[in-house]
Amino acid sequence: MTTFANILRRVRKSRAVLISGGLLLGIVVAAIAGPALSPHDYLQTNFNELLQRPATTGFRFFGTDDLGRDLFVRSMLGVQVTIIVAIVASVVSLVIGVTYGAVAGYFGGRVDALMMRFVDTLYALPFIFFVILLMVAFERNFLLIFVAIGAINWLDMARIVRGQTLSLREREFVDAARLTGVSAPRIIFRHIAPNLIGVVIVYVTLTIPQAILVESFLSFLGLGIQEPQTSLGALVDAGVNQMEGASWMLLIPAALLATILLCFNFLGDAMRDVFDARDAQ
Amino acid sequence: MLRYALLRLLGAIPTLLLVIVLAFLMVHAAPGGPFDDERVLPPETRAALEAAYSLDEPLHQQFLAYLSRLAHGDLGPSYRYRDHTVGELIGSAFPVSLKLGAMAMLLAVGIGVTAGSLAALRRNTALDRAVMAMAMTGISIPVFVIAPLLVLFLAVKLQWLPAGWSGNEGPGRFVLPVIALALPQIAYIARLTRASMIDVLASDFVRTARAQGLSTLAIVRYHALKPAMLPVLSYMGPAIAAILTGSVVVEEIFGIPGLGQFFVRGALNRDYTLVLGIVIFYAALVVLLNLVVDLLYGLIDPRIRRR
Repeated sequence: MTTFANILRRVRKSRAVLISGGLLLGIVVAAIAGPALSPHDYLQTNFNELLQRPATTGFRFFGTDDLGRDLFVRSMLGVQVTIIVAIVASVVSLVIGVTYGAVAGYFGGRVDALMMRFVDTLYALPFIFFVILLMVAFERNFLLIFVAIGAINWLDMARIVRGQTLSLREREFVDAARLTGVSAPRIIFRHIAPNLIGVVIVYVTLTIPQAILVESFLSFLGLGIQEPQTSLGALVDAGVNQMEGASWMLLIPAALLATILLCFNFLGDAMRDVFDARDAQ
Repeated sequence: MLRYALLRLLGAIPTLLLVIVLAFLMVHAAPGGPFDDERVLPPETRAALEAAYSLDEPLHQQFLAYLSRLAHGDLGPSYRYRDHTVGELIGSAFPVSLKLGAMAMLLAVGIGVTAGSLAALRRNTALDRAVMAMAMTGISIPVFVIAPLLVLFLAVKLQWLPAGWSGNEGPGRFVLPVIALALPQIAYIARLTRASMIDVLASDFVRTARAQGLSTLAIVRYHALKPAMLPVLSYMGPAIAAILTGSVVVEEIFGIPGLGQFFVRGALNRDYTLVLGIVIFYAALVVLLNLVVDLLYGLIDPRIRRR
């Protein structure tokens, strides 16, 4: 593991990290400040201004939709949903994945074999269909969607963390802790977990675009975020229905979603180089 | 080999059981019954309906009954399409999805492997960088964004290809859906092939082949391609799952009457038995195809069999 200053230096040197990070930061700032600055609101329908083209006048940067609602504010609202998904889902997958992986790796032997066999089994399943099933069975509330998305993305994290823990538990400081009578949970969370930060950061960065993808997929199908709330997936869906006359309704949310996903993927790849996850494994 | 195949087949049974239990519990843990959101039914009618769908029995009995019918290939009646069983609906819709998925998979492997090999052979050239940039884009952009964009530019603006399914006969209607489904997989496969081809090309047996004076084409064709394809083969499992997921969106966008469309309609209508049936069907399909991939892997790479 490199020192913090070393990592910071490598981050500064990596153009991919700077460009995609900067772009993402810009989008996030616009998503938070945009709706507050705009005179329009995401709900307000206006039947005199249906399907207006994007314009620089009157704060209509992205035009309006088929109900005359301001597309800039709605798009930024969609980005906000995306940000929330990214945060909640990555925290959920982080907590489950690190706990599961560290427990399997720390105890090893039969416990490990059994736990990892379960992960292999889950790997083979098309998870998205179970999330849809969950959406059908229960009311579609915000939190459930986000938690469900996080709960399906922990498998990679668990595998990586387990591998790391297997080698960490042989180290002297773990032996020392064990000898002084520290309990297993405390060793896992206080002694082993902090040493996992590098790989965990890399895999969280790679989990975020997957979580965003699942949410927008569900919303696109009408199974995620419900009207009048919106998300980028729902906006793309609305755009598909209007694309012959009002292509901006499709192109703008599509471009936003694609940019966000592309940036996160670039960032993840670059982070992997920075932390050199392959060496650490 | 036969022993290995049988063992793997046995190993798939717990997975399938887990799927069925999980899916069944999720649906039955749902608050409210399937007949709640319709106009208020007289109590007798309601009781008769619930008895007809055996909703009045305890959960474990319902599960055992469902399992025993499932063992006979019966997925039960659909709640919404009252005249059809779930099995009939799947049977009528699946062939279309299968055709679409198979074509997309062939296209993805063909183009992905070619592009990835070319990039590996011309490593660090403009061609390599172009292929990898396109692959990154293909991986990042979801199918439900690619598909409408293809329709907008190739069907609506340029009018080269039909945008919809119904009203268009002939092979033209397959083109856009298949491309939309295949693009992300082309991207993944190109990246995988490039990485493994670079490894293989650096190995000793390729150096020996080169020393014997074989042309690059012959080396790739006769020596490097097979070992370089192994990671691609093991990616087939996730690829199958991804194409199934993608087909849900693609069928919705192009209006194709396949299984994916039934699934989404069923989900939106809360047609529990249909959604449950399709999830089990999809999961069984993925598990079985993964099994086939594993067996193929054993066939191609003898090292696996001996373990």
